[in-house]
Amino acid sequence: MTPTLFIEQMLNGLGYGFMLFLLAAGLTLIFGIMDVMNLAHGSLFMSGAYVAAHVHTRTGSFLVGVVAAIAVVIVLALVLEVLMFRKLYARDHLAQVLATFGVILVADDVVKMIWGAAPLMASAPAALAGPVELLPGLLYPSYRLVILAAGVAVAVGLYLLVNHTRIGMLVRAGASNRRMAEFMGVRVGQVFSLVFLLGAALAALAGALMGPLTAVQVGMGEEILIPSLVVLVIGGIGSIRGAFVAAMVVGMVDTVGRAFVPMALKAFLSPTLVSDLAPAIAGLATYALMALVLAFKPAGLFPARG
Amino acid sequence: MRFTRWAPWLAAVLLAAFPLVAPLLGLDFYIGFVRRAMVFAMAAASLNFILGYGGMAALGHAGFVGVGAYTLVALSDAGVQSAWLMWGGALLVAGAAAGLIGLIVLRTRGVYLIMSTLAFAQMLYFIAVSLRAYGGDDGYNLMERPLLGFGLDTLESGAEAPFYWAVLLLLGGVMALFNRATESRFGHALMGIRDNETRMRAMGYPVMRLMMAAFMLSGAIAGLAGALLATHNAFVSPSLMHWTQSANLIVMVVIGGVGLRWGGPVGAAVWIGLEEVFKQVTDYWHLPLGLLLIAIVFVAPRGLASLMPRRTAAAAPQPAPAAGGKAA
Amino acid sequence: MKNCLSLPSLLTAALAVSAATSALAADPIKVGLALDISGPFATGGGETRDAMNLAIKLLDNKLGGYPAEFIQADTAGSPDQAKQAVDRMIQQNRISLFSGPTPSNVALAVGPSLFAAKVPYITSNPGPSQYAGAQCNPYFFGLSYQNDTWDETVGQHATDQGYKTAFIIAPNYPAGRDHLTGFKRTFKGTVSSEVYSKVGQLDYAAELAQVRAQKPAALYFFLPGAMGINFIKQFVASGLSKDTVLLTTPASSDEDTIAAVGEPMLGLFSGSQWSHDLPNAANQKFVAEFRKAYNRYPTFYAAQAYDAILAMDAAVRDVKGNVADKPALLKALKAANFQSVRGAFKYDNNNFPIQDYYLRVVGKTADGRITNKTVATPLKAHRDAYHDQCRMK
Repeated sequence: MTPTLFIEQMLNGLGYGFMLFLLAAGLTLIFGIMDVMNLAHGSLFMSGAYVAAHVHTRTGSFLVGVVAAIAVVIVLALVLEVLMFRKLYARDHLAQVLATFGVILVADDVVKMIWGAAPLMASAPAALAGPVELLPGLLYPSYRLVILAAGVAVAVGLYLLVNHTRIGMLVRAGASNRRMAEFMGVRVGQVFSLVFLLGAALAALAGALMGPLTAVQVGMGEEILIPSLVVLVIGGIGSIRGAFVAAMVVGMVDTVGRAFVPMALKAFLSPTLVSDLAPAIAGLATYALMALVLAFKPAGLFPARG
Repeated sequence: MRFTRWAPWLAAVLLAAFPLVAPLLGLDFYIGFVRRAMVFAMAAASLNFILGYGGMAALGHAGFVGVGAYTLVALSDAGVQSAWLMWGGALLVAGAAAGLIGLIVLRTRGVYLIMSTLAFAQMLYFIAVSLRAYGGDDGYNLMERPLLGFGLDTLESGAEAPFYWAVLLLLGGVMALFNRATESRFGHALMGIRDNETRMRAMGYPVMRLMMAAFMLSGAIAGLAGALLATHNAFVSPSLMHWTQSANLIVMVVIGGVGLRWGGPVGAAVWIGLEEVFKQVTDYWHLPLGLLLIAIVFVAPRGLASLMPRRTAAAAPQPAPAAGGKAA
Repeated sequence: MKNCLSLPSLLTAALAVSAATSALAADPIKVGLALDISGPFATGGGETRDAMNLAIKLLDNKLGGYPAEFIQADTAGSPDQAKQAVDRMIQQNRISLFSGPTPSNVALAVGPSLFAAKVPYITSNPGPSQYAGAQCNPYFFGLSYQNDTWDETVGQHATDQGYKTAFIIAPNYPAGRDHLTGFKRTFKGTVSSEVYSKVGQLDYAAELAQVRAQKPAALYFFLPGAMGINFIKQFVASGLSKDTVLLTTPASSDEDTIAAVGEPMLGLFSGSQWSHDLPNAANQKFVAEFRKAYNRYPTFYAAQAYDAILAMDAAVRDVKGNVADKPALLKALKAANFQSVRGAFKYDNNNFPIQDYYLRVVGKTADGRITNKTVATPLKAHRDAYHDQCRMK
């Protein structure tokens, strides 16, 4: 195991972690402020990926694709909010799970109707197709560096927004004690809508950025949803800081599982066995961690609520 | 006699007669279809027991179905041939798994219960994927049909009617068991816990033990359903335990009626039936199902059974306060 | 005297005639096609569907001159879903012949139901080692190729080129394991790493980091469809193409991948039993018709799928439409009385072909088009490695 290999894998883990953060941040805000369990968040992610890939192919500009994806998904989220989520705020979690599961089913088929069942090829922008030499001997794909940069930018931006603006203060107030915030005159409804749209925009951005790296296909939302929920639970509902820390942890655990565990196992197990066990170990570790947190610190590592 | 009293018996008779009638109508394929629906009815009923009567929103029930299915695979692989032995084994192993998992997840409530049951189901899924001996992600083909014994396996019937009747028998038994359980002191204690856990605790009821018992019973029955499903498909793969399958089970229970006696079977029948109907009509059959689900959440939140005529309102149990309630 | 032309007798005669003709025109021969329209193997599935539709159209919806009905279903690359679709085809549609799946895990999952129901499965792609060896079955016809053979071809080439080390990677499913086994069988250098990634995985950062650390002379990969497209792109993006030679299978070097990747693929070697520039008449007709219908060059998926339908056509003609006579149908299928697009071949004892395997390289034609060029025939009249494990004669 060389230092360059180690650094490269760590960077990969960070990249995945940042993407999870984008999704989990939205989820944790929606859950924390509005107490809504939104399973359809993955579908917003999927929509972002599809629109970005589609627009990129049509216009040749990746940036335009990303912007279009965010715009379209914000509109979608607005429609969903008005039509359905407004009525879900008052309902119990089970009803929310079911209604948003219904949205997943509808979204999967609508996407299939528009783009067909076959996966879409999303490519990274041509300018970023080559590597960058970070250190002598360490060549890292430039597109992944851009993803890291975007993740860092969003994290910083969210931090500033939540901690240093008035809106952020209202969001934090709503997250820690909604009733009290209402009594204090916070326009809860507007804050809700803002939070929901912000979460949707983050999901769309994640989808647009991850498209070139994963399969843009029906069902991609369901795949990323579970890791995002894990991050949510480990980090603490309503806490952006928690989502960040948890996302990094989960990203690292996934990388260790995918990259380092196989290397260690290869020493004494056959390659097929290694490839059977490694993803299982990575997955099990993540969920075991979540189970531990639930058992000992059920409110998460950084609970927003008092 | 009220409709609700004799309807189940009528259904049982119709179901029992179906494999004899179907070939005459050219509907042989649907014998297997109805059989599959009955297996899901069993799984849904087991979930309804803890969800509707126990107030435990478990989003990981497909995990126990999977444990049962893979237990059958393991037994079959090891050379066991008797269906009854394998089904019994699946029941026991799944019940034990529910016990172990329950020790952890039943310390949580509300949304945390949802998430922790989901987490464990995912762990089970990953374990199944890593089991190369049982096919891993590619799945496992059951090489030999589990034998029913009693000379039933030699009957030359295209869609295996004896297996169908065995499933019907087991489903009947399971429903009788659950009906008994909910009407017993155990069941009432469970409903008490669902309605107000603090009060039950204050009154001295062993809340954790009661919930564990319910959870294990429910998990065991789900495992039995999994074993039956494995026998039916002659194939098992980890996708059986994917979280969307757990969500499907919850959907069935809610559609049928949470906390209502026949909520599980009715919901399974409706959901699977509609799935088939929509599949015949269009390739995009998820769409109408999704819309229906959303409609039910807003229009008939206590399930389709709650839409039945007011006449039976007196017979229906008090509406269950929303499971996984709003308390943080 | 009774009038022979009385009404009752006329009516009876008319009924008899109509009954006879309707019996003749009765049931079309039903063929089940389980295809990968969605899922990880959708690119191959799309090619398969297009080629099969072309063959069906050219045969005018008939097999052997008898009317046929083709029932298509999407398996989404999932063995689970495929099994359900196939069980439905067997029980509800009562199919007499089957083909279609692209990946080998699906083939292994649906095989048992088909064999039990005595429905011949003529593969349009996967040739799992299990069906070539111990689990061989008279109802399975490995029409295309046995999985290991492509890799034996390239492994031989790698040995001939003197590459000292090779990093090999494939997805973790039966075909993946078969292909890497085949490569190791003929490659005499050292395998620096044997890695099995996840089926459908599109992000190879972790694996490529390992390649960079090991600096092998060659990298052999079997990653069909979108997996390979992404892998090649990421391989080039990480700057590894300077130091390591890339070797692969047609699953990642054929027209579909070329269309998606382009220039970075120049110089890529692969081994196959078919190439679109094979000079035989059947192939030339196939390529011409395919280009006319779909405005692109066919891949090997298409060639094999086309062959599968032709094979069915020939067999049905030989049994004169009587597909219910299973022994006769099997005999007709094994005789393979049709002009295959790959040229001459015959079946080995295990129902897999004995045929030539060609080495191809991706290059540019005179008019700037990027495509495969056949450069050698490393394996002639090659039998697969598993035929003696099969107890069929």
